[in-house]
Amino acid sequence: MSDNGHPLFEVQNLKVAIDGNEILRGVDLTINEGEIHAIMGRNGSGKSTMAYVVMGHPHYEVLDGSVKYKGHDVLGLDTDERARLGMFLAFQYPMAIPGVTVAKFLHSALKTREESGEVAVREFRTNLNKAMSLLGVDSSFASRYVNDGFSGGEKKRLEILQMFMLEPDFCILDETDSGLDIDALKTVAEGVNAMRSEQRSMLLITHYQRVLNYVKPDVVHVMMDGKIVRTGDIELAENLEENGYEWIEEELFQNTEATGVGTAQA
Amino acid sequence: MAPETEVKNPALDINDEYKYGFSDPEKPVFKAEKGINHDVVEQISQMKSEPEWMREFRHDALDVFESKPMPNWGNTGLLNDIDFDNIYYYLKPVEKQGSTWDEVPEDIKNTFDRLGIPEAERKFLAGVSAQYESEVVYHSMQEELEKQGVIFLDMDSGLREYEDIVKEYWATIIPPADNKFAALNSAVWSGGSFVYIPKGVEVDIPLQAYFRINAENMGQFERTLIIADEGSRVHYIEGCTAPTYAADSLHSAVVEIVALPGSHMRYTTIQNWSKNVYNLVTKRAVAHENATVEWVDGNLGSKLTMKFPCVYLVGEKAHGEILSIALSGEGQHQDAGAKIYHAAPNTTSRITSKSISKGGGRASYRGMVKVYPDAIGSKVHVECDALLMDKESRSDTYPTMEIAEEQVQVEHEARVSKVGDEQLFYLMSRGLTEEEALVMVVNGFIEPFVKELPMEYAVELNRLIQLEMEGSVG
Repeated sequence: MSDNGHPLFEVQNLKVAIDGNEILRGVDLTINEGEIHAIMGRNGSGKSTMAYVVMGHPHYEVLDGSVKYKGHDVLGLDTDERARLGMFLAFQYPMAIPGVTVAKFLHSALKTREESGEVAVREFRTNLNKAMSLLGVDSSFASRYVNDGFSGGEKKRLEILQMFMLEPDFCILDETDSGLDIDALKTVAEGVNAMRSEQRSMLLITHYQRVLNYVKPDVVHVMMDGKIVRTGDIELAENLEENGYEWIEEELFQNTEATGVGTAQA
Repeated sequence: MAPETEVKNPALDINDEYKYGFSDPEKPVFKAEKGINHDVVEQISQMKSEPEWMREFRHDALDVFESKPMPNWGNTGLLNDIDFDNIYYYLKPVEKQGSTWDEVPEDIKNTFDRLGIPEAERKFLAGVSAQYESEVVYHSMQEELEKQGVIFLDMDSGLREYEDIVKEYWATIIPPADNKFAALNSAVWSGGSFVYIPKGVEVDIPLQAYFRINAENMGQFERTLIIADEGSRVHYIEGCTAPTYAADSLHSAVVEIVALPGSHMRYTTIQNWSKNVYNLVTKRAVAHENATVEWVDGNLGSKLTMKFPCVYLVGEKAHGEILSIALSGEGQHQDAGAKIYHAAPNTTSRITSKSISKGGGRASYRGMVKVYPDAIGSKVHVECDALLMDKESRSDTYPTMEIAEEQVQVEHEARVSKVGDEQLFYLMSRGLTEEEALVMVVNGFIEPFVKELPMEYAVELNRLIQLEMEGSVG
């Protein structure tokens, strides 16, 4: 764990509700420049909520806490402003936009990042073709409608393709590994690894350790019931793979018994 | 990707501040008195020095108009607001039609300049007809087409110069008794186009007619007859705009198309009337053996539009296609749709209807598909998509299917969708503002329509949607 880097992304005491139900109950998380963190946890532990809230999904209500990215108070920004500052979310369930081609979509997204509002078509095409061949997708991909009739694997590849093209500084990958066969998983992992750099940080959300065989995280967190309850290195993930989540629950329970406090922050 | 030179196409260009709502001072050569009666009909016929059969046709049609009740379906509230006595049925703006723009009076020429017609003509059209009030004031066609025997004239000249052909087909597809507004048109028609494409001639670039209403309380009743002879091919485009007045205007056209065996006819309309115009139009085509007729119909303007382009598939393997979009904003009702009649074996049809309602606007799809007995092996595909932008807006679907033959394949799909938060969130998470995201979803929605338009129109239509969506985010 590299504590001495520059923090790129900081979450403090984040509490979030949807329809009156508190889903995140005080999350703290700091990711330094160049680090890859993984958040593991069961379904319903709050992992995806975390991803949505960080990106500004309108259905969630932030009750307390702060999210900082490059010193900006993220929670005060619109979703598109966050994106233009270099934040990116690879969706677990990407939306279809019928009638809009992948190429047009990406070109439009890139244009929002330019002051002139323009991106030269030829240069864009060259970059897009390069990115597509790196990800092993057919060139016809560019003229298909965004996620319209895509298979699960194609949707995930398109998310990674977008990440490639938009070159964000902070990427959240929400269960990008789920539903992929081993070949697709490898391709996606290769894409993620190719994006690794000293300036770029990533947050991998997953409930399987499998993807971490291909993308090595610097830090692994465990989320349970809306809180981060354990933080460690890759060994923590391996331990989870072998022993499941029960042992953490037991430890937490004992801790609660011992201290009378319902928290067990590592 | 956008082309480097964007051609301004006014027919596509509306927004909340309708740009083409300006008007010229009126300088008519002749203006009939308000209201409709046999004297007005006689006056029109006299001024045009028509053959006797046409004069009689008009008077008979007026009797039909007067005997027919107003429709008791559709938006009867708006329909019954039409004050037939408060409309000018004939206004002759110039003495003589021009074949160059210099021959057109200054005011009128300036208007068409502002509408971008001469520019569009130079850049991408094979022929242009510009109608102002009741008459076509400018007309021209590329010499090359003339040499090939293509006829593209205003309807009045068509009747004078090709009376035999006109008489053979006239009102055979839409008789005056078809409906009250077809009867009205038959009585007072003026202007419109007469097109004949000879056997085997393929016209590669479009012919365009442009219709402009200028005067207040005006009624425009153009009449179009298109005959595509065997194995020929043509694309005809029409556009229309009008000034914005407090008083209502009436546009009631009749368009008849004859697609002879093996021909391919496409008729594209971009209707962009100001929001005080009643647009009540009858359009019908007959497709013979192996012929294809396509109606590409865009309705953006007007107060109330009632228009249901129709194809009769009367020859084996004829194909009919009706692709339409309707954009309904505040105070508008687009009552549009499609009709297909399968009257021969192995005929095929496809109806794709898309509507967008916003700001309390109302869009209706009204469709009729009829398969006659013995139209064995026919295939029908109907798809209706409605997109609602807000809770105040409305969309209705009235599909009718009468299938009298068992050995046919019929598919019908209908969907109503709302622009979803999840879609917008997804697009915004890539950096698009909410408005940009909305425009992208809407442009994607109408893409199947836009991709059928010539490039210049497609660019303009996308730009128009962008303008329409401004201020839709709230």
